[in-house]
Amino acid sequence: MSEYKMHMMVCGGTGCRASESDIIVEKMKKELEHRNLEDDVQVVITGCFGFCEKGPIVKMLPDNTFYTQVKPENVTEIIDEHIIKGRKVESLLYTDPNKGTKEPDSKHMDFYKKQIRIALRNCGFINPEKIEEYIAVNGYDALGKALVDYTPEQTIDIIKKSGLRGRGGGGFPTGLKWEFAAKAKGEQKYVVCNADEGDPGAFMDRSILEGDPHSVLEAMAICGYTMGATEGLIYIRAEYPLAIERLQIAIKQARDYGLLGKDILGSGFDFDIILKLGAGAFVCGEETALIHSMEGLRGEPTIKPPFPAESGYNGLPTNVNNVETFANIPAIINKGADWFSSIGTKKSTGTKVFALAGKINNVGLIEVPMGTTLREVIFEIGGGIKDGKKFKAVQTGGPSGGCLTEKHLDTPIDFDNLIEAGSMMGSGGMIVMDEDDCMVSMAKFYLDFTVEESCGKCAPCRIGNKRLYETLNKITEGKGTMADLDLLRNMSHVIKDTSLCGLGQTSPNPVLSTLDNFYEEYEAHVKDQKCVAGQCKSLLKYLIIADECVGCTACARVCPVGCISGEKKEVHLIDQSICIKCGACMDKCKFNAIELI
Amino acid sequence: MAKVKTLADLRKMKSELQNKIQLRENAENPESIVQIKVGMATSGIASGAKEVYNFFTEEMLKRNINGITVQVGDMGYCYAEPTVEVLIPGKEPIVYGYVDLAKADQIIEKYIKNGELLDGIIPPNYQNINE
Repeated sequence: MSEYKMHMMVCGGTGCRASESDIIVEKMKKELEHRNLEDDVQVVITGCFGFCEKGPIVKMLPDNTFYTQVKPENVTEIIDEHIIKGRKVESLLYTDPNKGTKEPDSKHMDFYKKQIRIALRNCGFINPEKIEEYIAVNGYDALGKALVDYTPEQTIDIIKKSGLRGRGGGGFPTGLKWEFAAKAKGEQKYVVCNADEGDPGAFMDRSILEGDPHSVLEAMAICGYTMGATEGLIYIRAEYPLAIERLQIAIKQARDYGLLGKDILGSGFDFDIILKLGAGAFVCGEETALIHSMEGLRGEPTIKPPFPAESGYNGLPTNVNNVETFANIPAIINKGADWFSSIGTKKSTGTKVFALAGKINNVGLIEVPMGTTLREVIFEIGGGIKDGKKFKAVQTGGPSGGCLTEKHLDTPIDFDNLIEAGSMMGSGGMIVMDEDDCMVSMAKFYLDFTVEESCGKCAPCRIGNKRLYETLNKITEGKGTMADLDLLRNMSHVIKDTSLCGLGQTSPNPVLSTLDNFYEEYEAHVKDQKCVAGQCKSLLKYLIIADECVGCTACARVCPVGCISGEKKEVHLIDQSICIKCGACMDKCKFNAIELI
Repeated sequence: MAKVKTLADLRKMKSELQNKIQLRENAENPESIVQIKVGMATSGIASGAKEVYNFFTEEMLKRNINGITVQVGDMGYCYAEPTVEVLIPGKEPIVYGYVDLAKADQIIEKYIKNGELLDGIIPPNYQNINE
């Protein structure tokens, strides 16, 4: 067969597929065939490029032209202009929102300049549904190397030396965890991959599984080899259908090639992997709850110790790691512990994937070395705040994390610095907030989530979080007292100290960190009955400015509750006790005679 | 499907498969490999640039030269079509004019492999603001 001269890489992640990238692929293949170009140009469905804000993404190789927001109707133009005539389709190029310039290719985009992709190394580079492409990028070589060249102890040593820490949130040294599991005794042992990604706004694990499933399978086999396990289980939420489908394809291909199953690469080592689907409960991200859920029991945590390394799945030694942690393993074995530990900071080596969301220009998935500052992530890679608004805070670590403010912008991000700043790494969600976001409402939003997701086993979490939520609600409705603020703080500490598992131990973090960083905002809600961000509806007041009102009656007619009174051509009045703050009157008024305070 | 029985099998398979994605790996670091840019606007194609482009993509691979061939727009030297710009890492880019297949062959054999300059070099007559 002839060699392809160009590759068209089309993102096949969930986000881009929702915007019809699968239709784009079909159309490309059809149109290429129509022009007899199917042997010259290869269409490749890949994993996530990370630039989800502007999906669907089509990247042209070898020139790295980066087309954004491509629609099926653009396909013919790309083929006729770019492929046949060699001219870039200007209208589809990415425009830098700050500079206003069109970027010719991905090498020129600020979004990619500071990134180092280790866990995401193959996302957007290979077709996740083809094991051949994974093998072509050195796939399964790390497994082979471990099986042939290293003993289990040596393999664990490499991981220990690399300094890799758990990417699921805890930050526990992975090598140490493997060692515990290796030393534990049991007739069977298990490797479990925790793919129960539950933080609102986090989607890195899903993207890795969708874009590079084999790297996780390979790492699980390596882990199985080090601890003496022959069975692996991936606990994944049923809400991730595409990731599940790609994993199933990957597992089948690996079995067909003999890279999973009996006697892998002639080493005598057996290992196989099955999927366990979860119903998507946040608490099941906690490892003991996850294990119970896999056993068919209720997803409730139990006291540690015993740790899963001693007594986990079916009461046998089990090692649980997160998806992103696993995705780093093959790269570490291939390139060495020293290479990995040279990236990042001393205590947090390597890179971290973050999911940028909220009021930021470049919503998407990024991977940066540990120690990168929040300012670099938000303003350089993320492209700054939407619509030129002012940065207010960023919530890291999801419902278990806290919010960080302007004063933290230059803090290098690593496990320890974030904890010191009152937040945490968590799984890597970053939700950026601007001046229009109310911090009390933000804390309330996360508590609402935690109350919903608490399993209810222990009282501090079940009752305490509910009371926290109610108190926050009272404040946003303007009925709070200063004593409530102290109550919030005290209750938070009690919940943290007495809850059974990580969920309750961290759930008050959003409350505590907003109390620390935005106390004046809480005070304003209580003392002045004011929400500076204008988000708390109960505290808003619509008023008619007497000097501007001409008495046209437009507002009175549009008001759904009839709370505006006044004669024609006379000044109108809003009855505050009836007003539901819908804002319809303000929209309707042509004389700017209604103000919001 | 044949099972991969040993690590050596796996590595052999890898080297066979690698060609298929070589282009993608090259695109990651275009500065470190030979880049050939073929001017392929309407006039270029009319003068045979398409054949030259195909020749380079196929022959570079056959002759084991790690490089990428890219089609670009009009370079402005329309009198000398087809025009080809050759970038060798660490050297100044050079534009050759009137490149037919024989000339393309010489470019690969003499200039890219041995660094010998050939006749038909077009001196740059403008500066590019991108550089």
